[in-house]
Amino acid sequence: MGNYLLRRLIVAVPSLLGISLILFVLLALAPGDPFGELASNPNIPPEVREALRVKFGMDDPIMVRYVRWLVAMIHGDWGFSFASRVNVDTLILQRIPATLYVVGTAQLLALIVAIPVGVLAARRPYSIFDQIANTFAFIGFSLPTFFTGLLLILIFSVNLGWLPFVYRADIQATGWMWWWENFKQAVMPVTVLGLYQAASYTRYVRSAVLDVIKLDYVTTARSKGLDESKVIVKHVVRNALIPVVTLVALQMPTVFGGAIVTEQIFRIPGIGSLLISAILANDTPVIMAVTFVFACLVVLFNLIADILYGWLDPRISFR
Amino acid sequence: MNERDLRSQIADVKTGRLSRREFVQRMIAVGLTAPMAGAMLAHSGVVQAAEPITYKPTKAGGGGPLKLLFWQAPTLLNPHFANGTKDQEASRLFYEPLAGWDADGNLVPILAAEIPSKENGLLAADGLSVTWKLKQGVKWHDGKPFTADDVIFNWEYSVNPDTAAVSVGSYRGIKSIDKIDDYTVKLNFKQPTPFWADPFVAAYGLVIPKHLFADYIGAKSREAPTNLKPVGTGPYVYVDFKPGDSIAAKRNPDYHQANRPYFDTVEVKGGGDAVSAARAVLQTGEYDYAYNLQVEDEILTKLEAGGQGRAQLTVTGHIEYIALNTTDPWTEVDGERSSVKTKHPFFTDPAVRKAINLLIDRASVQKFIYGRAGVATANFLNNPERFRSPNNKFEFSIEKANQILEEAGWKKNSSGIREKDGKPIKLVFQTSINAPRQKNQAIIKQAFQKAGIEVELKSVVASVFFSSDPANPDTYPHFYCDMEMYQTTMPQADPQFFMNQFTSWEVSTKENKWQGRNISRWRNKEYDETYKQASSELDPVKRAALFIKLNDLVVQDNYILPEINRRNCIGLKNGMVANKSGWDNDLWQIANWYRET
Amino acid sequence: MAGLTHASPSVETALAPASKKRRFSPGRDAIRRFLRHRLAAVSIVVLALLALAIVVGPWIWRVPINEIDFTARLAAPSWDHPFGTDDLGQDLLARMIYGGRISLAVGFAAMAVGLFVGVVIGAIAGNSKGPVDAALMWLTDLFLSLPQLPLLLLVIYLFRDLLKGLVGPEGGTFVLIVLVIGGFRWMPVARLVRAQFLSLREKEFVEAARALGASNFRLVARHILPNALGPVIVAGTIDVAAAIIAESTLSFLGLGFPPDIPTWGRLLFDAKDYLDIAPHWALFAGGAIFLTVIAINFIGDGLRDALDPRKVM
Repeated sequence: MGNYLLRRLIVAVPSLLGISLILFVLLALAPGDPFGELASNPNIPPEVREALRVKFGMDDPIMVRYVRWLVAMIHGDWGFSFASRVNVDTLILQRIPATLYVVGTAQLLALIVAIPVGVLAARRPYSIFDQIANTFAFIGFSLPTFFTGLLLILIFSVNLGWLPFVYRADIQATGWMWWWENFKQAVMPVTVLGLYQAASYTRYVRSAVLDVIKLDYVTTARSKGLDESKVIVKHVVRNALIPVVTLVALQMPTVFGGAIVTEQIFRIPGIGSLLISAILANDTPVIMAVTFVFACLVVLFNLIADILYGWLDPRISFR
Repeated sequence: MNERDLRSQIADVKTGRLSRREFVQRMIAVGLTAPMAGAMLAHSGVVQAAEPITYKPTKAGGGGPLKLLFWQAPTLLNPHFANGTKDQEASRLFYEPLAGWDADGNLVPILAAEIPSKENGLLAADGLSVTWKLKQGVKWHDGKPFTADDVIFNWEYSVNPDTAAVSVGSYRGIKSIDKIDDYTVKLNFKQPTPFWADPFVAAYGLVIPKHLFADYIGAKSREAPTNLKPVGTGPYVYVDFKPGDSIAAKRNPDYHQANRPYFDTVEVKGGGDAVSAARAVLQTGEYDYAYNLQVEDEILTKLEAGGQGRAQLTVTGHIEYIALNTTDPWTEVDGERSSVKTKHPFFTDPAVRKAINLLIDRASVQKFIYGRAGVATANFLNNPERFRSPNNKFEFSIEKANQILEEAGWKKNSSGIREKDGKPIKLVFQTSINAPRQKNQAIIKQAFQKAGIEVELKSVVASVFFSSDPANPDTYPHFYCDMEMYQTTMPQADPQFFMNQFTSWEVSTKENKWQGRNISRWRNKEYDETYKQASSELDPVKRAALFIKLNDLVVQDNYILPEINRRNCIGLKNGMVANKSGWDNDLWQIANWYRET
Repeated sequence: MAGLTHASPSVETALAPASKKRRFSPGRDAIRRFLRHRLAAVSIVVLALLALAIVVGPWIWRVPINEIDFTARLAAPSWDHPFGTDDLGQDLLARMIYGGRISLAVGFAAMAVGLFVGVVIGAIAGNSKGPVDAALMWLTDLFLSLPQLPLLLLVIYLFRDLLKGLVGPEGGTFVLIVLVIGGFRWMPVARLVRAQFLSLREKEFVEAARALGASNFRLVARHILPNALGPVIVAGTIDVAAAIIAESTLSFLGLGFPPDIPTWGRLLFDAKDYLDIAPHWALFAGGAIFLTVIAINFIGDGLRDALDPRKVM
C-alpha cells in the first residue's frame, strides 16, 4: 500500500509536467491577446502594444516561454498578471477565501442533501418520496445556474428584499453582525450551486444504491435479523459509495476552481471569476496558474479516489 | 458646411442668436467633438462659459458611504497603465489631472490655477508651446506638496519606452518642459500643435507623485508598490484594493477644494454583468452609481419603474457603424485575404453601396434596440439644409433600394438573389457578440433579404474580435468578410486621432500585422491631403471645416455607413447629484458628487 | 462484509449461455421489463410526440422564424402567437420548433459521443493494469483540467473553416458542437466506469467466467459492462440536459450556430434578462428542456431496470 502510494506520487510528477506543457501550448496558441482593449483605442499607438508584447515576452517561441515559466514556477515565482501587473499568487490568495466558503459550502450542502435523499429514494423505488425527489432532481439539472440564480435574485432580492445580491468580501461589520451578513449574502449562491450539484448527486446515489440493494448479501444481512438502518448503512451504502466517491473526487477540485457562472451572477470574488476575467482579457499567466493548480488537484483527488476504492472494497487490489 | 458657414454660426453665438449649447450640438452632429466646438468659440473670442458645477453641501464629509458598482472590475490603479475606462475611472478617485472637459466641451481647471488661452498669454500663437499655472497649496495624500516637478516627472515617466505606459500617445508630442517656477510649467511641442490640451488633461492626464514613483521609472515600473496603493491629490484616500474585485477609500480631509468631498467613504465593487448592475442601482437601490450600462432601453425603463434610481445619459463621440470591405475577402493574395491588391466583387458598384445604405433601418434600430442610449446619426452632410434640420431622418426604403439595384442591372435569379454577370450579391456580415449587435444584425438581414441580398451572419466573441492578434483571422482589423459592424470610440476630445482611421497610410495589412486602423481599406487621395492639412492647421475654425470635409468625403462614398451615435449611460440612485461629461471620465468631478436629502 | 457477497443472479444467467432456455432472449426480456415500467413507457410517448412536433411543426405552423414585427414585441401568448414573441417580435412557437430540432439533435448526439468515449476509455482502463490504466487516467486528468473557454476558442479558430468546407456551414457547426460538447463530458463517465470495473473484475461471477475460459472481450462485454451500466445511464441522461444547455453557452462564444438561428438553450439565455418583463419567453424554452430531461430520465430508469441482469421480474 505504502509502496503503491509512493509509486503513484512519483508517476504524478511527470504526468503533471506533461499536463502543464499541454496547457501552456494550448494557451499560447489560443486566439486573442491581452492588449485587445488597447487596440481599439486610437489614442494608443501600435508601438505601445508592440512594446508591451516584447516587455511581457510574448513574442518569444513557445518552448522558450514554457521553460522560463517552469523554471520560475519551481522557484516559487508564479509570474504576474498582464491586466493588473500584480503577482499571480497574491491574486489567487485574495480569491481563495470566498471560493472555499461559497463553493465548499455548496458542495457540502449537495452531499448532505443528496446522500440521504438518494438512499431513501432507492429503498422504495417509485414510491411517492422517490417520485418527488426525482422531480426535484430533474428540475435541478434541467435549469442552468444562470437561470436559477436570476430567479432567486428576482424573488428574494427584488421582490422580497430579504437578501443582498452583490457579494462583498469586505464587510465592515464586526462580531455577530459580520457572521450574519456573510451568511445572508451566501444563501443564494450556495443554494443555486448546491441544489444544482445535489440534483445530479441524488440521481447517482439512488442508482448506485439500487444496484446493491437487491444483492444477495443484503438479503442475507436482513434475514439474519439485522436492524434495517444498520443494513442500509453498513452493507448497502458502503458498497454503493464507489460511484459516489468517484463523483466527489471529480468535484473537489472545483471547490478550488470556483463556479464561473454563479460567481459572475452574484459577483463573488472567487477563483472562478478571476479565471473568467483572465480568460476574457487573455491574461495568460493568471489562466496558466489557476488551471495548473486545478490540474494538480485533479490528479491528487484522482489518487485519493483510487485509495478510497481499496478501503471501500478491500478486494480492489493496488497494482 | 464649410469654413464660412462655421464662421457665420460662431457670429450667431456671439450676438446671442444661437445658444452656445445649440452650437455645440450642431458641431457634434457634423462629427466634431464638443471640446473642438469650445475651442472654436474660444478662438473667436466667445468667452469660455463653463457652467459652474452645482454643489450644495456646505461642509466636507457627513455624506456617509458612496457605493459605486462597476460591472467591469478595475484591475489596476496607475492611470498610466489603465487598460480601459474602468481603470481610469477607479484612478480618478485618487488622482487628478490639471484640467478636465465638461459636457459642453469647456476646459475646467482641477489642478491648474487657470486655463491657458491667448487672452491670458499662456497659449503661444505659433502653437509651439503652452504654459500651465498650477494650483498652489495642493498636497499629496502623504502630506508632500504638489509642484511643477511632479508634472514634469509624469511626462518623463510616460514617454520612457521601458515604462510601456498607455498614456504615451498624449505625451510624445512634447519636446521639453520648462520649469518656470515651482507652480508654473511651459510645455514645448515638437511641432505646431493645434490640440494643445491633450497632455495633463482628462483621462490620460492624471498626475502621479514624483517622490513615490521616481525609483520605478522604466523597466522597474511594474514593481512600484504605489501601483496598487495610490497616493494622489484627489478627494479620496486609499484604504484597500483587491484587483478585479473591490476598492475602499475614505475622505481626504486635506482636499484642496473647500467643503469637498461630501462622502465619508467610497466603496467600489466590480464584476458581474451590466443588467444586474442596473438592477442594483435602479431597482433595489443597493448602490449609488453603476458604470456604463450597456443594457437594452426596454429593460432600463422597466428597472427605472422600480423607483429607486434613474439612468443618466450623456452625449459622446462614439459611433456604431458598418464598414463595407473595399477589397475581396475571399481571394488570397500573397498570404492575406482582403488584400489591397484586390477589389471587392460587388461593392465596387456604387449602386450596390447606395442600395445597402438605404436598407439599414436606423430609425428602428434606434427606437427598438438602443432607445435613449443611441441616436441614429445625422452624419450625412450633403447640404446645409439638412444640417439645419437636426431631426432629419435617414432614409430607409426597401423599394428604392430594389429600384436602384434593378436599374444598375442586378436582377433576381431563380432563388431570388440578385446577380449581375454571374456574381450574386451574397455577403457575410460579422460583428462581436453583444446582444444589441445581434439584434441589429437580424434587422439588417431581414431588410437585405427583401431586396434580394443574401446575408450570412457571423458573430465573434469580443475578446477575439477586438484583439490585435496577427494570427487570428476573426479580428476586426483582418476584416476577412464583406461587411462588419462595431463601435469606433472617440476617447479624445479632439478628432485628429479619430479621423486618421481613413487615411491610406493606416490601411490594415499583413505587412503591418493588421495594426493599421483603416479597416475597410478605403483609400482616397483628397482625404489624405485634407487630413495632412488639418493636422497642422492652427486656426480652430479652419481646422473644423477641414474635419467636416473629411467626414463628408468618407460617408458620401457609402463604404462607411454610420449608424448610431452612442450615448454613455450610467445609473444613479435617486438623490445623487453627479456632474457628468461625455468627453471625460464619469468620475471626472467625483469631488463634487453629493446626495440630496 | 464483502465476503458475504454471494454470487448474484447474473452469474447464473451468465453461466448458462448454452442452455435451451435461450429462447427467452435477453433482448425480448428487457423490452418486456421496460414496458412494465409505466413512466418509462409514457416518457417514450412524450419524447416521440416532441420529436414529431419539431419535425412536422414547420409544415403546420408556417410562420417564419425571423419575421421581425416591431408592433408585436414581447407579446404574451395569443392566437397569432401561441407562445408569444421575443423582443424583436419574432414568433416564439416557430423559433421553439426550429430550435428543438437543433437542441434535441445536439443533446442526443453529444450524449452519445460522451458516453461512447467515456465507456470505452473507462472500460479499457478498468480492465487493464499498469501503464495502460495510468496513461488513460492521465488523459482523463488532462481533459478535466483543461480550461474550456480558451480551448473552445482555439477549436473554433483551428477547425471552423475546415469543417465548413467539408460539410457545409450548418453541418460543420453541428459536427463541431457535438464533438466539442461530447469531448468535454466523457471524463466523469470514464472515471465511473473504471471504478465499477475495478470493483467488478474482482467479483466471484467474473472470476468464475474467467476460470471457464471466457475471452477478455467477452468478459467485459457480457459480464462486467452490463453490471456497470447503472451510473452510465444516469450520466447519459444528465448529459442530454447538460448538452442542451452547453450549446447555448457555445453560441454565446460564437462557436455555436449563427446568431440568428434559435435553439432552446439560446432562447432561455436570451430570455433571462426579460424574466420579470416577459416571463413567457423563458417559460416555453425552460419547459421544453425540462420536459425532455424528465422524459429521458424516466426512459433511463426504465432501461436501467430492464437491462439490469440482477433484476428478476
